[in-house]
Order: sequence, then C-alpha cells, then structure tokens
Amino acid sequence: MRIVALVLLAAYCLAPFLWQVVTSLKPAAELVSLPPLLPSRLTAEHYVAIFAGHPLARLIANSAIVAVGTTALALAVGALAAYAASVLRMRGRGAILGVVLAISMFPPIATVSPLFLLLNALGLRDTLAALVLTYSTFSLPLAVWLLASFFDALPRELYVAARVDGCSAFGALWRVVLPLAAPGILAAALLVFIFAWNEFLFALSFTATEASRTLPVGIALFPGLHEVPYGEIAAASVVATLPVVALAFAFQRRIVEGLTAGAVKG
Amino acid sequence: MQAERERPWRYLAPAAFLLAIVTAYPLAHVAWLSLERRSLLDPGPPRFTGLDNYLRLAADERFWNALGNTLYFVGASVALELVLGLAFALAVQRPFRGRAALYGVILLPWAVPTAVSARMWEWMYEAEIGVLNYLLGTQVNWLGSPAWALNAAILMDVWKSTPFVALLLVAALQGIPRELYHAAAIDGASRWTVLRRITLPLLAPVILVALIFRTIDAFRVFDSIYVLTGGGPANSTETLSIYAYKVLFQSLEFGYGSALAVSVFVLVALTAGVYVFLLRKIVQ
Repeated sequence: MRIVALVLLAAYCLAPFLWQVVTSLKPAAELVSLPPLLPSRLTAEHYVAIFAGHPLARLIANSAIVAVGTTALALAVGALAAYAASVLRMRGRGAILGVVLAISMFPPIATVSPLFLLLNALGLRDTLAALVLTYSTFSLPLAVWLLASFFDALPRELYVAARVDGCSAFGALWRVVLPLAAPGILAAALLVFIFAWNEFLFALSFTATEASRTLPVGIALFPGLHEVPYGEIAAASVVATLPVVALAFAFQRRIVEGLTAGAVKG
Repeated sequence: MQAERERPWRYLAPAAFLLAIVTAYPLAHVAWLSLERRSLLDPGPPRFTGLDNYLRLAADERFWNALGNTLYFVGASVALELVLGLAFALAVQRPFRGRAALYGVILLPWAVPTAVSARMWEWMYEAEIGVLNYLLGTQVNWLGSPAWALNAAILMDVWKSTPFVALLLVAALQGIPRELYHAAAIDGASRWTVLRRITLPLLAPVILVALIFRTIDAFRVFDSIYVLTGGGPANSTETLSIYAYKVLFQSLEFGYGSALAVSVFVLVALTAGVYVFLLRKIVQ
C-alpha cells in the first residue's frame, strides 16, 4: 500500500520530465502523431539542431555567468549582513530580519518598471551585469535568513575565543565562522544558484538580444516559423534542466535543509 | 563586550545599499509612476495626473477579470497543493531504503525552471498530438478553450509546487514526538483520530507557514502562464501580473502599468499581514 503510494509519487514528479526526454530523442516524423508512445529509434537530430541552428551555447554561457555571479555576490554580501545580525548581535536584529523578510515577499512585477528605467539610465539594459545586480538583491533576503540561522547554531565561545586570541572581527568571520558554517553556506549557495538559473520575469524584461538573454527566456521565446518545433524545444529543455537536476540529486539533503530551515524554525 | 569596536553596521552596509537601490527605491518610484501619465511611445514629458490611473483601474473590466483569475488561481492551486502535499508527506515521513533518491525525485519539479516546465506542459497539453489526451482517451482542448485553460495552468502549478509543501511538512512531521503516537496506539485510537487529534494540530504552525509561502507566490504568478498561454484564450488566463506586464512592456504605458503593479503589491502585502496576524495567534 505504501509502496504503491511512493511509486505513484515518484511517477507524478518524474513523468513530465521523462516525456520531454523521450520527445527530445524521437525522430521528427514520429512527433506528429500518437501512437507510438515510444520512438522506433533514438535520434540526436534535435540536439544537433539546437546547437547548430540556434545560439543555445551562448544562452547557456549567459545563464551560467549570471547564476555564478549572483551566487558569489549574494553570498558575500549576505554573509556579512548575517554576521552582523547573528554573531555580532547587532541591536535591532529582529527589526532587520523582519525588514529583510518583508522585502523577500515583494512581487517582482511591482518593481520591474522602475528598475527598467533605472537600468536604462545607467546604460545597463541588455547586459549580464543588470541581471546579476537584480538577482543578487532579490536573493539576498534568502541568503541572510539562512546564513543567520546557521550562524546562530554555532557555539558563541568559538567566536569569543578567536577575538581573545587577537583575531579582528573580520578575521573571526573569515577564519572561524565561515569554515564552521560551510554546510549552511553550501545550502544557501544552492538555493541562490537555482533561483538565478531559473528566474524569468526580470530576464524577459531587461534583456533584448543574445548578448544577455538567459536560457529560460530563450526557451520560452523559441522561434518557430510555421509550426512549433517541439523536438528542438524538448532537447533545449532537457539541456536547461540537467544542471539543476544534477544539483537536486547530488545535494538533495542540503537543499531540503535550506528549504525547510527558515520555515520550520521561524 | 567589544560591541563598540566591532561596529556591526559596517557589515550590514553592503546589503542595506543593494536593498535600498534595487528594492526600496524602485518601490517608492513605482508608487510615483502610478500617479503619472507616462508612455514610452509618447515623446513628451510625463504628466502628473494624481489618482487618474487608479480611477481608470476601478472602471477597467479587464482589471477585474484579471483579479478574479488571480484569486481563482490562488485559491484552487494553494488548496490542492496543501492537501496533496500533506498526503505525500504522510507517505514518505517514515524512513525506508531509497528515501534519499526519492527526495531527489521530489525536488525535480521544484528545481526545473518554471518557464521550461511550462513548455513541457504545453507539449503534453497539445490538443491533437499531446500525450495527455492520448492517455486519458479524451479530446479536450486544454489550452485553447477558455473553460479549461486556467485549470490547466493550475494543474501545472500544483505539479511544480506540491513537492515544496510536502518537504516542509515532512520536516515538521519528524519533529512530532513518537511517544504521542505510541500513547494513542495504546489507547486504541483509529488512524483518522490520530491524524485529526495529534498530527494536524501539531502541524498547524508549519501548515500556516507553507500557506504563506504558497499564497504569496501564487499571487505573483507570471512565468508559467506567460509561457503556457500568454494570458489567452480571450484573457481567460490573464492574471494581474500578466496584465500589468502587457501594459508595461507591450503597450509601454508605464503610468497605468505601474498602477496595476502597485495593486499586486497591495494585495500581497494585505495577504501577508493577515497571515502574520494568524501565525502570531497560533504560536501564542
């Protein structure tokens, strides 16, 4: 009974993705009718087509740069802020975390028009920097909350001992707090990376050309002259999804920890 | 002890700077923009028009349609996600071999970029050659008929977000002391009684937190619907975010579009306020 439920659950989560994999490997002629459900032979034609006739490699590079840049910036800035609120016991800590939480609930649509005007005025429209700046800020609340909760869990004596031994406050963060909080930092990095890899609304609004277009936008706007090229879209979808799927399987414990840390405690 | 020498505000400054430039300033600016008549197509300078945009909004049938669609989307998707998420959580809460792998599988719908999963579902929903009609033996025009399209978008959102709800609830379930269940078993309580009297009351705070996250997320729904249907057919899937985006970036009316965007913000803020009030009551 429980086995049935578990199998159903796995099938429910996997089926749409598996169907996309099957579609991406089906010869074009077999895509226009059902049955057959499964392809008579496997083909790589759709994968070849998206890399040859479509700037997919460029989109992948853009997405990777944006996601890595965002993760680095959000974690660096977030770790400093979390350090102030948690270890340094800044006054007004509750208020700071409250403001940060409120900001995380902002609907992106509410800020997209002024941000568009601002980035335009700064000459940052259609650049990767615009996305890194926006994503870092919007993932900052998540990073600060997670890191603060992981810093809180560290024994405070370690910090005091480091200070007594002559470490500066920054030295204590760099040499003691960060190494000890490594699992928490990994969890925060994974969540921020996945957020940046997947974001759509800002990327759609702030990018205009392949110079800065990211993978989700490229796939959403996938060109089709007469009919929708489902085989190629499926292949591109599989390519766009693989990195996050790999992360989800490799680090499932950390991700689950990160997702539930704030919610269950707070 | 050495709080003075640490000067913690210095560590906070970079975050405060980013948040001020990229969230606080735009929020103030969008409120100001919503009081202007401003179009990117119009070469003239923007004009201050007071509450004109909001009066227009109150009389705009398309706004009320979008609000109705949004509320329906939020209500239906969040309710389904909660019930289904609870069922999943109860199924996986006890340890078994392969649970780690199953967690990876459960994370998958959440981890796939929403815009990409919308294209996956678009292909499954295809009326003529889609796999859904084939497997169900139906001929439903999922995305092409006004009666079905919004429900199709809800179904996709449920697929994507239920795992998140389930994971939150599993974490909370593991925090419930085993002794309570043993005691209930000794007293001969039925499974249903245990669920109603022990599990659900103890889960209540986390259920509320999951509700907050999901409701606020559902209110701002954009990616999935934009890719799946673009708001059509006949505006039957047009939510507030979609309508605001179209006015902003397709009609380039930054004044009226900003008023629509502010309305989304106000709705989300009100909802969050109500939830926080409820959460405080429950926790106390």
